[in-house]
Amino acid sequence: MEQETFRQKFRRQKVSYLFISVPFFLFFIFQLVPLFVSFFLSFTQYDVIHPPKFIGLENYRKIFFEDPLFWLAIKNTAVYTAGVVPTGICISLLLAVAIDQKIRFKNFFKSIFFLPTVTAMIAVSVIWKWCYAGEKYGLFNFLLMKAGFSPVDWLASPTWTLPSIMIMSVWAGIGYNMILFLAGLQTIPHTMYEAAEIDGAGFWRQFFHITLPLLRPTIIFVTMMSLIFSFQVFEQIYIMTGEMGEMGGVLNSALTIVAYLYDQGFQKFHMGYASALAYIIAFCVFIITMLYKGVMKDTKVEY
Amino acid sequence: MLKGEIVIRKDALVIKTFIYIFLAAGAVTMVLPYVWMVVTSIKPLDEIQAFPPSFVVRHPTLEPYRDLFSLVPMVRYIFNSLFVAGSITLFNVFATSLAGYAFAKHKFWGRDKIFFIFIASLMIPWQVNIIPGFIIVKNLGWLNTYTGLIVPAMAWCAFGIFLNRQFIYSIPDDLIDAARMDGCSEFRIYCLVILPLIKPVLATLAIFTFLQQWNNFVWPLVVIHTSSMRTLTLGLAVLTGQFGANYAMVMAGAVVATLPMLIVYLMFQKYIIKGINLTGL
Repeated sequence: MEQETFRQKFRRQKVSYLFISVPFFLFFIFQLVPLFVSFFLSFTQYDVIHPPKFIGLENYRKIFFEDPLFWLAIKNTAVYTAGVVPTGICISLLLAVAIDQKIRFKNFFKSIFFLPTVTAMIAVSVIWKWCYAGEKYGLFNFLLMKAGFSPVDWLASPTWTLPSIMIMSVWAGIGYNMILFLAGLQTIPHTMYEAAEIDGAGFWRQFFHITLPLLRPTIIFVTMMSLIFSFQVFEQIYIMTGEMGEMGGVLNSALTIVAYLYDQGFQKFHMGYASALAYIIAFCVFIITMLYKGVMKDTKVEY
Repeated sequence: MLKGEIVIRKDALVIKTFIYIFLAAGAVTMVLPYVWMVVTSIKPLDEIQAFPPSFVVRHPTLEPYRDLFSLVPMVRYIFNSLFVAGSITLFNVFATSLAGYAFAKHKFWGRDKIFFIFIASLMIPWQVNIIPGFIIVKNLGWLNTYTGLIVPAMAWCAFGIFLNRQFIYSIPDDLIDAARMDGCSEFRIYCLVILPLIKPVLATLAIFTFLQQWNNFVWPLVVIHTSSMRTLTLGLAVLTGQFGANYAMVMAGAVVATLPMLIVYLMFQKYIIKGINLTGL
């Protein structure tokens, strides 16, 4: 093509800016500006009614040194993440491998495991709350007792509240991970398995020596996604432990970090304090992402 | 055939049986809460309180649904969810494909930098945005309005732009240049050349966005204060708090909130799974 004149070029560029203008404008107002606003707010005391008062690093100091609830929330979130992520990944990986075999009803199984992913977390929590409810007379306790165990207090006891929510979250999350693993499995060349079969390698040997090593990038990716999701758990906590504006369950046994942020920001209206919490969360997410990038750099699959 | 020659070993059969048992047990675990939800929602009160709990309903009733729709503005909730999720989806599909076209095929000053900012924003967790977002919406006077529900959610468009750019990038330049020679304006090229070619991507993006917005909870929770403006998920959450003891009715609410998405899912399964795999790129 011929060289464009400056005017033509400008007109072309004008159109381009016009094309990206609406999303960029919204993005600017509701994503970029908030990023800086909350950074600023995290150094202030702000209750929405009175103008923000600058207090320097006071919020951060309080959070780290004088706030036992923050550390409790961090502990709960850590326990939740440490429980949900490995369990969820193991189960969904096994499911994906099982479905990837030459079996019947493949699509049926896929659809079933995927159901919770298209169900609102709120609805899932409401349903599970009912399954846990009713002390000895509830569904889950009834099934437990039928299987010969003694009933559990689930959401009514400080020991069991968090594990109850963790079990539910694993249940709700495996479908999503399974789909990612299934996609990863399709990238492994079939010839590898055929060769292994001829060499007489059984199912488990193939799993540990072909599937696992070659699926490493997917496993790392799913781990990162799950870590970030788990770290931000909120809706489950809101429904299953939220009663009368309180959140976190008996003795705050299931108070997680985002639930704590919501409580500080939108129930107590400590917006400055909550912004500082938000930045701590963002920092953790950032660390996870960076770790992922670091690990991925020296992960090269070789066939 | 190779396969016929390989002697099926005994443990292969064991493994296969094990796999079927594993999957069947898993499937039952997945379905159980859903079945319990539906069963509870059509049970009369005395059967709900009966022990042992039973999956068989002797006298099915629609009373819980009647309660639900008479005590709570359920129809309004459904409309709100449809309207909010629908508008965001419509906007997202067209605005991000238009922007994606510009990012993929136009050369303009700052293009790569602006695109990078969009992509980098994908890393920001929503917790950082929600407090200033609330303050901005409050100052604009948008609290408790559809505008407040819809417009800020439209800003989460980085993923759509990224997706569209990737696909439009692979469309041959010749096609676009030919249209340009014919005197098509850039917008006409977008409508007549680009849009028809990226239909599958847009379908995936649309279903994905709709699903996400329909199930969205935190933003409505923060912005909405009156009953009539609640979306379905928020309505369900409040319902659980208010009528927590009336399990049949709460489960009926859960059915109403869950069923439409399950139907959408079964109809558009292919696109949804594609969408998930695209996030995994």
